Amino acid sequence: MTSALMTSSLTTDVTRESPSPPRFLAGEKVAKPDEGATLAQSEIKISVKDFDFYYGTAKVLHGISLDIPARKVTALIGPSGCGKSTFIRSINRMNDIITDARGKGTILIDGQDVYSGDTDVVELRRRVGMVFQKSNPFPKSIYDNVAYGLRIGGMRNKRQLDEIIERSLTRAALWHEVKDRLHASALALSGGQQQRLCIARALAVDPEILLMDEPASALDPIATSKIEELIYELKESYTIVIVTHNMQQAARVSDRTAFFMLGRLVEEGDKNTIFMNPKEKMTEDYVTGRFG
Amino acid sequence: MTANLRRRKVFSRIFETLCALAVIVALIPLAMILFYVIKEGFGALNVDFFTHMPKPVGESGGGMANAIAGTLILIGIAAAFAVPVGCLCGIHLSEYPGTKFSSIVRFAADVLNGVPSIVVGIFAYGILVLPVKRFSAIAGGVALGLLMIPIVVRTTEELLRLVPGGLREGALALGATRGRAVFSVIVPAALPGILTGILVALARVAGETAPLLFTAFNNRFWSTSLTQPIASLTVQVFTYAISPYDDWHRQAWAGAFLLVMMILALSILARLAVRRLERMNRS
Amino acid sequence: MKRSSDDRSFRIGTGAFAALVLLIVAGIAFELTRQSTLSITKFGLKFWTTKVWDPVSGDFGALPFIWGTLYSSVLALLVATPIALGIAIFISELSPRILRQPLAYLTELLAAIPSIVYGLWGIFVLVPIVRKVEIAMGAKPALGVGMMAAALILAVMVIPFTSSVAREILKNVPATQREAAYALGATRWEAIKVAIGFGRTGIIGAVMLGFGRALGETMAVTMVIGNSPQISASLFKPQYTMAAVIANEFTEAADELYLHALIEIGLLLFIITVGVNLLSRLLIWSTKRRAITAVVMPMAAAEEVPA
Repeated sequence: MTSALMTSSLTTDVTRESPSPPRFLAGEKVAKPDEGATLAQSEIKISVKDFDFYYGTAKVLHGISLDIPARKVTALIGPSGCGKSTFIRSINRMNDIITDARGKGTILIDGQDVYSGDTDVVELRRRVGMVFQKSNPFPKSIYDNVAYGLRIGGMRNKRQLDEIIERSLTRAALWHEVKDRLHASALALSGGQQQRLCIARALAVDPEILLMDEPASALDPIATSKIEELIYELKESYTIVIVTHNMQQAARVSDRTAFFMLGRLVEEGDKNTIFMNPKEKMTEDYVTGRFG
Repeated sequence: MTANLRRRKVFSRIFETLCALAVIVALIPLAMILFYVIKEGFGALNVDFFTHMPKPVGESGGGMANAIAGTLILIGIAAAFAVPVGCLCGIHLSEYPGTKFSSIVRFAADVLNGVPSIVVGIFAYGILVLPVKRFSAIAGGVALGLLMIPIVVRTTEELLRLVPGGLREGALALGATRGRAVFSVIVPAALPGILTGILVALARVAGETAPLLFTAFNNRFWSTSLTQPIASLTVQVFTYAISPYDDWHRQAWAGAFLLVMMILALSILARLAVRRLERMNRS
Repeated sequence: MKRSSDDRSFRIGTGAFAALVLLIVAGIAFELTRQSTLSITKFGLKFWTTKVWDPVSGDFGALPFIWGTLYSSVLALLVATPIALGIAIFISELSPRILRQPLAYLTELLAAIPSIVYGLWGIFVLVPIVRKVEIAMGAKPALGVGMMAAALILAVMVIPFTSSVAREILKNVPATQREAAYALGATRWEAIKVAIGFGRTGIIGAVMLGFGRALGETMAVTMVIGNSPQISASLFKPQYTMAAVIANEFTEAADELYLHALIEIGLLLFIITVGVNLLSRLLIWSTKRRAITAVVMPMAAAEEVPA
């Protein structure tokens, strides 16, 4: 099995034991194949149990059970239409906006049920940030975009805002490119910059979790690699769940990977296990490019 | 939940409620108008209304037969004028959409759409009444037609654009000239929609009063002549409404009721025509 | 070849009718000017600043009508705009899906009612109500007819126009804008504000469209405004608008100067309404364009190299 994977050109990147580290990190990180195969209870940030999802009468997610570790990158892979986006949007209840859509089952964040009556959706979405496939900056200035979440939360103090905005833009690796034109329109930025702006905007409200729905799929390779570097950096402070249809990307950035197919979770586990030693045949077929 | 969050949620609820209230507030006058028109108007309708001419000032009774006929004649003239002009213009715009000429014409049609109906009336007065020093049904009909043109142009152009390009290519490939292709294949395909546009435009001008005030003017007697002033439901309702006579007020309501019914009938006709023609097109 | 000459006659034939439309618009402007020369030459610019309107002595000034038109239209906008926007927001963002079509249809119905029917209802139903309100307010005079009634009836007539355009604008705001707001922890109203912000130019265009409609409205206004050429900020005094004076006095105009003065007012009405309408279309068009370009994925042609 391993040799087949090694000769497949699609997975050449995976033969290295860790993704090529960004320039700013010294030394390579080496992950052993079975490291992190099971998670300690205290490390789990998001716990999903038996989660179903329906659009009207159509069931699109079937009994998903998945534990997402804190401060790591969990990648969701699978062919398009398999429910990855629906799943990720259920975590911050973005699906609530869609009529006739409902979820059944449990999603716990730090032990708290996201769908319980006690949970305040608005507060939840502040704690769980989201970056979308198409960058969607508001038609306002760069400054106002990043400040948006803070301002609706009631922050008015200019010095506070300035500080947090600078911090967020720095974390999103955008500060140096825009610091002299914070009041220029966000729409004047390039696609990759706009996406990093959206990341900065999401980070400004200080979330604990960052959900990213194919954040680089609309970007060229250079911009994509910048985003990937960013994700690598961000995972030190945030729990990141990323949906991607790009397997090499998943192999590069993730710590854990979950493979979805037709609304079901086929297999999940340590990134290296999934890509080099998958337990399910379907997983092996997918990661070696035999379909999809 | 923090105080700030609670406040924001309350605000959200308040504004959402205000929006719902706005809907209710707008529906109140609608309900009132329909109510009064039906109540006062339907009650004042009788056979005389449809068969008699207006009685002289002060005398009660009489009807609006001439006005009803007049309105029908006027919208007939309007259609006869606006349909060919509007459709052919729309055809040109859809066949040659990118030219400078087409852009200018489109712009002109937009301008015409925004001209108040009374100003269009002044124009019709200037070119059709003043030279012959006489009010006439034609002048009124043309004024109404002018108001119809922008609607017909826009609907025709939009609908012709929607016809799949394959149809035209097919016709041209069979050796049809452009004109033939357009008139024999493309226009029939878009016909239901174009017809709807015409009926919608008719419904709109049937209710117009201002442009008729000094083009078709008014006529106490029965007249179907195109070169004489002619009565119309709208002008008659206006004349009666501002008069001091209760009987005339009643008849004004009846006229208004009839007018609303006529417009409703045209709208329903428009919808039926679309369905019927689409069925024909499919078979 | 026969084909190309047929094609050419098709193009020229249909083009002739298109040119006719162009000629009509130019013709209106031309005719209005031509038929008001007597008044233009006699009064010049003073016409727009004189408030005397005396047909008997041949002294004409259009100021009262300009005032009445602008004042009534602005008042109507103040009442109609929040209601129209509220309706647009409710139908496109808040209402349950099954209600959407019926509510949209009902608001369009308001636009289908002819002006004369509004006027009739205005005289016999609205004016008595307004009179009662005015008496209760202690207003002098409390006639019922006057600026208040005119502004109210104009507001009702304007609502469906502004509302349907605003609804279109909101529908065209990309869903991703609202999603971005929600994902940052916005309440429903805050997300709606984001959508409105995105479409703000178009919404202003929708408001201007309503303004243009109010400026040109004739019958309903003339039946409830009292038709008295006086300039007053009072809501209760009867006043006069440009369209109303033309409607009422056109056929009474005994001499040419009188007629030309009325037509000159028509010329001004033409210029103002056309201007307002064009501006509104420009604003609406530019918002639609922004909505389209925001949805097209911004592909990075070349990433900027960080400093």
